[in-house]
Amino acid sequence: MMSNLRYTKDHEWIRIDGDEATIGITDFAQDQLGDIVFVELPEVGRKVEKGKEAGVVESVKAASEVYAPASGEVTAVNSGLADDPARVNADAMGEGWFYKIKLADAKELGDLMDEAAYRAFTAAQDKH
Amino acid sequence: MAEEKLARTPLHALHQSLGAKLTAFAGYEMPVQYPAGIIAEHLHTRAKASLFDVSHMGQVVLAGADIAGQFERLVPADIAGLHSGRVRYTVFTNECGGIIDDLMVGKDGEALRLVVNAARKAEDLAHLRAALGAAAVTSLEDRALIALQGPAAAAVLARLARGVEAMAFMALTSIEIAGIACHVTRSGYTGEDGYEISVAGAEAEKLARRLLAEPEVAPAGLGARDTLRLEAGLCLYGNDIDESTTPIAADLAWTIPKRRRAEGGFPGATVIQRELAEGTRRRRVGIKPEGRQIARGHTPIIDTAGREIGTITSGGFSPSLEGAIAMGYVPAALSAPGTALRLSVRGAVRAAMVAALPFVPHRYHTSPR
Repeated sequence: MMSNLRYTKDHEWIRIDGDEATIGITDFAQDQLGDIVFVELPEVGRKVEKGKEAGVVESVKAASEVYAPASGEVTAVNSGLADDPARVNADAMGEGWFYKIKLADAKELGDLMDEAAYRAFTAAQDKH
Repeated sequence: MAEEKLARTPLHALHQSLGAKLTAFAGYEMPVQYPAGIIAEHLHTRAKASLFDVSHMGQVVLAGADIAGQFERLVPADIAGLHSGRVRYTVFTNECGGIIDDLMVGKDGEALRLVVNAARKAEDLAHLRAALGAAAVTSLEDRALIALQGPAAAAVLARLARGVEAMAFMALTSIEIAGIACHVTRSGYTGEDGYEISVAGAEAEKLARRLLAEPEVAPAGLGARDTLRLEAGLCLYGNDIDESTTPIAADLAWTIPKRRRAEGGFPGATVIQRELAEGTRRRRVGIKPEGRQIARGHTPIIDTAGREIGTITSGGFSPSLEGAIAMGYVPAALSAPGTALRLSVRGAVRAAMVAALPFVPHRYHTSPR
């Protein structure tokens, strides 16, 4: 079966399920950031725009913007991250999800990377 | 991208074999963390003992006729009265009373042993040579510096060097550790009991591996070193203190004893004496931002009208308190613990409060007398 996971160059993942999608940061991103201590998520109902800032993730070392991989209205957020942001380190692709959106335009997903492309992309980054 | 040629410490191979994440720091390739991660390394230091490679720091020996008296002209501490085997924390001041660097000074017989910041080593050496003559100043380029920090540090080190457990806080001695000749001080940068061990570069890895073989000891990187020193309320040169901050504004007046306050005789003495009498416009304080969001260095401190009244100089996450902590400069009138402040964090206004330092109580060794 084809994976419904796609990735951005900014290390967000998006799991597409019909016209809904779940979004988070990748395992590569959490490993680069180190211990995550704070996550700022968009509010439910907010319309996020592809490529624009949708939140902030802070590790002990640094703060990083989280960009929306696709446009849409936020339908749910992982409120458990407020008290336990370390979930992102433990399970970035699962329990550490950030928020869900109702996709505004499925065509926007065309330029995102699939698993193999993202793996090649991070392997190249690791060399620097 | 231009590759900067980074210096390596004698423990570089050890860091790589331990799986460290290396980063550029003050011209050196240094471990920022090991696989355990910054929070785990931090908490381990507070609970047991951690080994830090701080070989990037400058080690300098000063020798010559009346070297203590000569050196005293550069710092506001009591060096003439420093006994052999004792260490003091002090600062090099400039003519305006600003801080050129902060440093540790140990008296070893008639000689002085200095440990200075890596990023200031070149400036400090030039300053020392200009004031004392090049012949009096020896930079120890071939020595490593290892910090063993935490409540178990004394018990661990005593297994390998009998007697170190009896050393007083801020004492210095020359001793063999597991048969390796070392200069040891009971001091550190974490707020915990511990030691800083100067060892020949060629023997450093052997000593570090021997210490890491003890069950209480784990390696810790510069990431944990920074969160530990911030919890302990200790200044980081270049962030919390620099040539524009005086020791009085930086809340380091405790490093200047009565005799030096009265006599002066160090660079910027008139400025510092005036500030001691009249106070300073701004002061370094502890700051507790509300919640977990970190207010990092350069975050503006604002008043209720949104005007900038100060700046965060160090800010991070406290693994011990599980929240954000910071230090910064505020107007003297707003420096009392409990004073409400506002921070402009990434465009949003956040509540904060002036907090007493240290955030986590120091647990230095106190000898029964």
